[in-house]
Amino acid sequence: MSDLLAARSQMAFSLAFHIIFAVVGMGMPLLMVLSEWRWLRGGRSVDLQLAKRWAKGTAVLFAVGAVSGTVLSFELGLLWPKFMAWAGAIIGMPFSLEGFAFFAEGIFLGVYLYGWDRVPPRAHLAAGIVVAVSGAASGMFVVFANAWMNTPAGFRLLNGQPIDIDPLAAMFNPSSWPQSIHMILAAYTAVGFSVAGIHAYALLRDDTHLFHRRALELALLVGGIGAVLQPISGDSLAKSVARTQPVKLASMEGQFPTQRAAPLRIGGWPDVARRQTPFAIEIPAMFSFLAYRDVNAEVRGLNDFHQDIWPPVLPVHLSFQIMVGLGFAMMAIALWAAWRQWRSPSLIASRLFLWTLVIAAPFGFIAVETGWMVTELGRQPWIVQGIMRTADAVTPMPALVIPFLGMTIVYLVLSIVVGKVLVQEVRET
Amino acid sequence: MPSLEFLLALVMLAALTFYVLLGGADYGGGVWDLLARGPRAAEQRGVIAKALAPIWEANHVWLILVVVVLFTAFPPAFALIFTALHVPLLLILLGIILRGSAFIFRDHDRTHRSDSEHTSGTYHPAAQSRWGRIFATASLLTPVLLGVVVGAVSSTNIQPPSERTTIAYFFTWFAPFPFAVGLFAVVLFAFLAAVYLTLETTDTALQDDFRKRAITSEIVAGVLALTVFLLAGPAAPGIRERLANSWWTLPLQLTTALFALATLATLWTRRFHWARVCAAAQVALILWGWVLAQYPYLVRPELTLHSSAAPHATLRALLWALAGGGVLLFPSYFYLFKIFKVGNASPPGREAAG
Repeated sequence: MSDLLAARSQMAFSLAFHIIFAVVGMGMPLLMVLSEWRWLRGGRSVDLQLAKRWAKGTAVLFAVGAVSGTVLSFELGLLWPKFMAWAGAIIGMPFSLEGFAFFAEGIFLGVYLYGWDRVPPRAHLAAGIVVAVSGAASGMFVVFANAWMNTPAGFRLLNGQPIDIDPLAAMFNPSSWPQSIHMILAAYTAVGFSVAGIHAYALLRDDTHLFHRRALELALLVGGIGAVLQPISGDSLAKSVARTQPVKLASMEGQFPTQRAAPLRIGGWPDVARRQTPFAIEIPAMFSFLAYRDVNAEVRGLNDFHQDIWPPVLPVHLSFQIMVGLGFAMMAIALWAAWRQWRSPSLIASRLFLWTLVIAAPFGFIAVETGWMVTELGRQPWIVQGIMRTADAVTPMPALVIPFLGMTIVYLVLSIVVGKVLVQEVRET
Repeated sequence: MPSLEFLLALVMLAALTFYVLLGGADYGGGVWDLLARGPRAAEQRGVIAKALAPIWEANHVWLILVVVVLFTAFPPAFALIFTALHVPLLLILLGIILRGSAFIFRDHDRTHRSDSEHTSGTYHPAAQSRWGRIFATASLLTPVLLGVVVGAVSSTNIQPPSERTTIAYFFTWFAPFPFAVGLFAVVLFAFLAAVYLTLETTDTALQDDFRKRAITSEIVAGVLALTVFLLAGPAAPGIRERLANSWWTLPLQLTTALFALATLATLWTRRFHWARVCAAAQVALILWGWVLAQYPYLVRPELTLHSSAAPHATLRALLWALAGGGVLLFPSYFYLFKIFKVGNASPPGREAAG
């Protein structure tokens, strides 16, 4: 394994691991706060019990997320020092704001988790709201920094060095809002559907259980709203990618030739050697329409670009297909839930519906992981789109395979333990 | 008007000070968990766990802030340090992961437990064993490595190794001086923790346990301070020279020594609130002494605050962000500590209500 591949793999594992905890850190506080608010409004003790139960399960995930986030901030320097030396002054801004969001999260999470008996109920709820807001803000700031790598802005190049740096223009680069809104909605959707799946499983055993019914309502509300809004956000993000990263978009769609009225491919298996994507269901002109709102618009295919700057097309395309497929599945489930709620008094009377929720529990998280693969693999071979190659950013330290293996083992063990602890905590309810 | 990079260096120093005084003490708590002995060992561990639980995650963020300000405001220094000291920084990372996750697993892994208490931070002896040992060991080793990094940065000639051999990445830090600084750091953290812990319990026997530990570690710290100073002669002549010959060094050393003596005196007479203030002041002064000796270098011999500073637009924006963040941060931090810390365990009797 080359040092570059080891470094990329270590970064990828660290991101893939951390994103789960980051997503939980955005989504769970919202659920906890909603349940606690219900309790303050209605005085039903079951809602308080639920908020506490969720908080307890979340405490473990928060702690692991705090340390796995630290790993990423260190790895920026440990693995990509040349990137940081070049770009630190440009993208430090969102990272420092994220630092404060992380502070707020840590401080008020301490108040929330350990302060049930120490602060008045309203102050406790307010602490939870701060955790939820700062969790979302911290996700937003980090995605701003990532967005800059996709659409670098806020500087001029002079002999390969950045000058005239404008940190605000860098922070609010063209991808910042589309990407971060997509991420935040994804977090609410993933958490909502996972939590709904867990409580649906409990309801399959005992559908009179008030605790799980209240839980399912809230989880479906949060996850469902996220799932319904997500395609709109995804569409606007795709349009932004079409303008700024045509190679990434062509890889996502498996589009080799440049053509007018390009079809949208569902599925398919891009064959880079033969430069075509067989086995796809093609919807005529739909790709052109989605990317440019014009069925006759010309879409640039991979053939227009030197193969040297192609990302790994197959994994990018497949990841994108999986993400979109799961996203639409969750949207369909959300609409089904809304229809059930409207037509019949009870969400949970249908065992088929509950089983569907159980099966859909991991959908959101898989979509988050594959979405990040699209964004990160799709930008390769660049670490800063069009400006700096990943290969030129890596640390000169040799034997990077050793840290990679070490971190991978640690993360595998952590995953097993976290899984075990969560299963224990779910079983206790 | 001081330069922007000077102001940012001050912010970084402030963040580092808070990390040492708060996050450092959290590591120290883990050290005393490891060294818990005698008839009250389980109770000692209980006090430590309860003290750490609500605050350690917030305290940890100071380190992130230091790293972020370093890479935003002084990118070349960040890149150099994180390249040349890859190995110890990676080990620190490992320590941070293990410490944090083992601490929370200890409280939540119910393999050995059956109670249904929610997350109150109470410690259950049955769950000690594996997670407890990992938490405590990582708490001991991580500060040593943090000190090693500080020691290596203070040494002459840290450069990214010119040859791409693995062993070259050990020469940058694997030497007596950095490890002496590492030991000094962990003993200071343990000292801070022991002093703070006297205020975390109302049980006088437990208070006495921590009081004895505080006094012992203060004496050990004194010996190590001298060792570090002597080893700095060959290893870090730049720092040693500044520490020995600057105009500020005598008043600084005297004040530090005075606070050290005052800590011992107040511990001896059980004025624990005063001991806490004196201990924090003493450790802060040691840190500032190191920073003064290092100034204006971030990494000798080339990277100073000025030569490695980012463009002014970045520095100005960063200062505004830090100022704005600080306005939100300090009241929140104060609130957290008011709930869980200020007079937490004294006067007697309040504990039962909490």
